[in-house]
Amino acid sequence: MIRFENVSVTYDGAAEPTVRGVDFTIPEGELVLLAGPSGVGKSTLLGTVSGLVPHFTGGTLRGRVTVDGRDTRTHRPRELADVVGTVGQDPLSHFVTDTVEEELAYGMESLGLAPAVMRRRVEETLDLLGLADLRDRPIATLSGGQQQRVAIGSVLTPHPRVLVLDEPTSALDPAAAEEVLAVLLRLVHDLGTTVLLAEHRLERVLQYADQVALLPAPGAAPVLGAPADLMAGSPVYPPVVDLGRLAGWSPLPLTVRDARRRAGALRERLEDRTPPAGREAPVVQAPLPRPPAVHRWRRRRADPATAAQAPAAVAEVRSLAVRRGRVEALRRVDLTVAPGETVALMGRNGAGKSTLLSTLVGLVEPSAGTVRVGGAVPHRTPPRELVRRVGLVPQEPRDLLYADTVAAECAAADRDAGAEPGTCRALVSGLLPGIADDVHPRDLSEGQRLTLALAVVLAARPPLLLLDEPTRGLDYAAKARLVAVLRELASAGHAIVLATHDVELAAELAHRVVLLAEGEVIADGPTPEVVVSSPSYAPQVTKILAPQPWLTVAQVREALR
Amino acid sequence: MHPAAWWLWSLSLGTAATRTTNPLLLALLIATSAYVVQASRPHTPWSRSYSAFVKLAVTVLLVRLVFAVALGSPIPGTHTLVTLPEVPLPHWAQGIRIGGDLTAEALVFALYDGLKLATLLVCVGAANALASPTRLLKTLPGALYETGVAVVVALTFAPHLIADVHRLRAARRLRGRPDRGLRGLLQVGLPVLEGALERSVALAAAMDARGYGRTADLPAALRRTTTVLTLGGLLGVCAGTYGLLTAEGGTYGVPVLLGGVAAALAGLWLGGRRSPRTRYRPDTWNARSCLVAASGVAVAALLSAAAAADPAALHPGVVPLVAPVLPLWPAAAVLLGLLPAFLAPAPPAPPAPRAPDKEQPS
Repeated sequence: MIRFENVSVTYDGAAEPTVRGVDFTIPEGELVLLAGPSGVGKSTLLGTVSGLVPHFTGGTLRGRVTVDGRDTRTHRPRELADVVGTVGQDPLSHFVTDTVEEELAYGMESLGLAPAVMRRRVEETLDLLGLADLRDRPIATLSGGQQQRVAIGSVLTPHPRVLVLDEPTSALDPAAAEEVLAVLLRLVHDLGTTVLLAEHRLERVLQYADQVALLPAPGAAPVLGAPADLMAGSPVYPPVVDLGRLAGWSPLPLTVRDARRRAGALRERLEDRTPPAGREAPVVQAPLPRPPAVHRWRRRRADPATAAQAPAAVAEVRSLAVRRGRVEALRRVDLTVAPGETVALMGRNGAGKSTLLSTLVGLVEPSAGTVRVGGAVPHRTPPRELVRRVGLVPQEPRDLLYADTVAAECAAADRDAGAEPGTCRALVSGLLPGIADDVHPRDLSEGQRLTLALAVVLAARPPLLLLDEPTRGLDYAAKARLVAVLRELASAGHAIVLATHDVELAAELAHRVVLLAEGEVIADGPTPEVVVSSPSYAPQVTKILAPQPWLTVAQVREALR
Repeated sequence: MHPAAWWLWSLSLGTAATRTTNPLLLALLIATSAYVVQASRPHTPWSRSYSAFVKLAVTVLLVRLVFAVALGSPIPGTHTLVTLPEVPLPHWAQGIRIGGDLTAEALVFALYDGLKLATLLVCVGAANALASPTRLLKTLPGALYETGVAVVVALTFAPHLIADVHRLRAARRLRGRPDRGLRGLLQVGLPVLEGALERSVALAAAMDARGYGRTADLPAALRRTTTVLTLGGLLGVCAGTYGLLTAEGGTYGVPVLLGGVAAALAGLWLGGRRSPRTRYRPDTWNARSCLVAASGVAVAALLSAAAAADPAALHPGVVPLVAPVLPLWPAAAVLLGLLPAFLAPAPPAPPAPRAPDKEQPS
């Protein structure tokens, strides 16, 4: 269906080809996962299928890509629109019209399908993707998962034979990701659609892939093969594969189910061991009693001592409510964060995680309740003072960066924070060596940009550090580096609150998990207790080794040593 | 309901408003448009634009009154309400007066005049609320459709830009810089523009990949005919208009103009065949649409006729100051404009209010 013949792509001004030696064929009706570390040219390779590379991006494409017999050299993207459906990384930049129904029809209108056909396909697609209730809704009011489904639906209606998706689940919570993947699987099984998708979160997608196209390193030729074979030597792999490699299982299990079947012996070996106890928050620094998971409000009434010890906490939120227009974004939220503690905020898209973080840095004014960060009321504290108490790395780290070069950015950060000149630059080098001074922040990789934003925030040495969705677009190596950096910060006494959809990250880092739903705290407790009991928030290792309370491969590796 | 019907209706009401300065008739026009909007507007974000236009209209009225108070008015009047201190101006500024006597006549004249303008604005607001400009653009002929989409996309650019500015100013606070003030706005300017540009490029790529701008293969002869017809038609329109406006062109003006319009329309129709696109659930022009448009046109026509027949009733005198009287027949004519409220199908039930997504602001 898709045929790459010795393809290489060189962008204008680049010395080396971004991808080279691509030579394989994807048969019809397969779901192929494009995997590899960041910056190996996954998006470029996806672009060659839809013809956007090189017709839209410029650059030189050598070799030949044919889709359903059409050569992309002679067919422009618009002439491939009836065979290839493309959804980019950001669904919002994909929408042309403003309501769901019109968006689904737009592609068919461009292709000139008959009105009766269009009407039927729109109705079918609305049902297929579970969007029937949303048909008249303006797209801007939908949640992330809904938008992603609309984006997929809008390219499905012309019945393309190939679907190309760039990170379709990265921005979604675990449940919404399952939803989108279920739709893709249905298309592959029922309609014989060929799906080519790139994704960093392999733990979500790998089990559904028929084949994996692995780009091992920048400029290296990709390898196409069965997922289990390729994962044995891949530089990127999900926890289930990591555990399989550790236990020496062959062939490698790709699904939790396969792994559970083989895990009998491993469970027995781990029977008499307990997970290393380094997961608890350093209680010495935080003389606060750990709040129990339930009865938040009863505890508050019964336990006035907590309030008396307040100065020990870096952040204290008491029965907080936030309204946005008619919508109650947060309701009766209580949260206490002690120094050295790492808290993961989890919950659906739109559950109020970002709002809670915004309240803690004073971007949002509470409509009821109190917020104290280091003893100050955030929205009444001048920004200059607030940065010394709390720092937030936003979802899009680029929002924090204004300057033309990394050096200028660091100098500005030192001035803003009133820190010694060179503080921020030293932090950048310490966190991630190899970021040059004269690079434009825009040209950094996702991981490097996140590091720079983190350094900018840390220049003021805030005791409370907030991160909003930090692992979006990061590969496993960058994520491991982030985990190491955050652990070090936590052991140095920084309190960290991260809002994330990434259950593996929460399992690696967090002492405590706070689950939000519809603006309310529905669970608050030590990570093992909260995630083990939840099917959507349990990490893969927990699912494999249940009922034993293991969270990460690192713990297992440690215990087996 | 066809969006063009709503626009015709609203703009006709606006035209009617320009024919009179009688405050009672103008108030009746506003009430008519408000009632119809309330009864028939769909539940889309656009439909909220009516209140924005009403606010704009009130502002225009107030500005007009403030000018009349501050700068005086050429209307001679005898009922002095209050005497403001007059600012002495040099002799070369003769004819300009700041402050001085404020007469009831001048104030009433300004009120009538401002109310006329406000009514016009409210009518345009009604058109926006009842049928968004986007829907109107969708009814453009095929040859102009792609241009229409480009205009619509450009229109959505502004709200995105404002959202970006808000987000980046919030981010300034995170850096410990003040998030208010002009300097803050200027410093986020470049990143905002950069972001907008990137989004535009991403959207252009997405649109291209979804088949925007696909063309059908047409024989060269047809393409040439299209060009000749369109260009010739436009030339004819120019020449015909010139003929109409000059004294000696009275004979050839009208036929040339009509011929030009016909040729241009034929060119557009032929050009539309180059674009293979079809319409999903197009708005159809049916008997109801005809009636809605006709009710509006009737109001405009009847008020124009009334203005010609009885100018005194539609333009109540200011000097001497008299209380305006509601002229019976023109008022009845205005009430014809209420017809769409009963003709148009009821809008679908509003969607249940739900929490908008806050994890993905943009």
